[in-house]
Amino acid sequence: MTAKTVVVLDYGSGNIHSAAKALERAGARVELSRDRTRVMEADGLFVPGVGAFSAVMEQLRGVRGDELIDRRLAGGRPVLGICVGMQVMFDRGVERGIDTEGLGEWPGAVEQLPAEILPHMGWNVVDAPSDSVLFDGIRDERFYFVHSNAAQQWLLPPQSPLPAPRVTWADHDGPFIAAVENGPLSATQFHPEKSGEAGLRLLRNWIASL
Amino acid sequence: MSVAIRVIPCLDVAAGRVVKGVNFENLRDAGDPVELARIYAEQGADELTFLDVTATVDDRSTTYDVVRKTAEQVFIPLTVGGGVRSSDDVARLLASGADKIGVNSAAIARPTLIDEIADRFGAQVIVLSLDIKRSDSVPSGFVVTTHGGRRETTLDALDWAAEAIRRGAGELLVNSIDADGTKDGFDLELIGVMRSISRVPVIASGGAGRLEHFPEAIRAGADAVLAASVFHNRELTIGQVKDELRQDGALIR
Repeated sequence: MTAKTVVVLDYGSGNIHSAAKALERAGARVELSRDRTRVMEADGLFVPGVGAFSAVMEQLRGVRGDELIDRRLAGGRPVLGICVGMQVMFDRGVERGIDTEGLGEWPGAVEQLPAEILPHMGWNVVDAPSDSVLFDGIRDERFYFVHSNAAQQWLLPPQSPLPAPRVTWADHDGPFIAAVENGPLSATQFHPEKSGEAGLRLLRNWIASL
Repeated sequence: MSVAIRVIPCLDVAAGRVVKGVNFENLRDAGDPVELARIYAEQGADELTFLDVTATVDDRSTTYDVVRKTAEQVFIPLTVGGGVRSSDDVARLLASGADKIGVNSAAIARPTLIDEIADRFGAQVIVLSLDIKRSDSVPSGFVVTTHGGRRETTLDALDWAAEAIRRGAGELLVNSIDADGTKDGFDLELIGVMRSISRVPVIASGGAGRLEHFPEAIRAGADAVLAASVFHNRELTIGQVKDELRQDGALIR
């Protein structure tokens, strides 16, 4: 069997080289690209994201990444968003008082966690649904988070006959969404590419599902 | 709170090589930071910190290679500090594979450096590194020093930390110059006062010598513990420290 191809969306955000190496280690053939054809043809698209929500959206739009993500999802082609790359999948993000429109794939806002200590930085546990594909075979492991904002409510109603989205939760002085698996669109608030062996296994699970 | 306490080994790197003694057996090359990083990650390190103690600009470029090679092989967070003077330095280190950047004396000389980095990359990439000494010259009794503790500034450590957080520092690395090298334990009072004024995570550094020192630092308010020589000299392993913390009731990965 030939290796699955994954494009890491190269739009100027995030530690894309570590992400690429982790995906390679997890078994994918990896390319850094923003080229429309390459992005559309890959088996999977990995969307990193580091920094402010508004800056990430601006950078994404700058390379028409918003359209590329939308087109892939419309065609049922898998996309995995990481950290702010997950946050931008929601309707909007509120950060330092700035309200920014997101990609709107999911309803709701990404807002600051009501926690005593921020950023939420370090290795935390997650509560994944039993039928999760991403967390298949990974139980009682911790993943590396570094963020201050998150989606704290899941607002997408079940849309029969589509399978219900699988939502994974974590807690930092209150619940927030740690991962979502919704048809072709998956996302994690934590960094699987920085989460040691547990993170590599999650990436392997995603690659196997492509 | 369910986030785990982090245990962080720190490696001094100059011209692409680990400096200060590292006494590991079974190392092909005890001076290779990439190999040491890999071993610490296997032992359960939750993050790694490289302190670039390089003196020249030429040497600096080898640090970027070290960061790149490490990030390609070791899939845990990597902080790089030392010699960071501009947001372009940060951009290069992040592009090389660093996840967080330590800033110290350059931010003391020019505090707006913190704002610049935070605006461009977010607060979560900035670790404010503080070398702190006890002194009657400032109200809190804790003064900020530079040059590895040899020069006192006029900055009160509490005021400077509060200002840096306001400007966008995402974490404090609190190193006690008095405790550093003594192996008598962390400066618990210092950790306590820094915790009391900080909404961002606090990393305790300086003075670790025995296992019981680590839970003391956590009880004093630290979110993470950093040590160098006790790990490099194989006096303690990462695993032993994590077991000790776990027995004390801390959440550990």
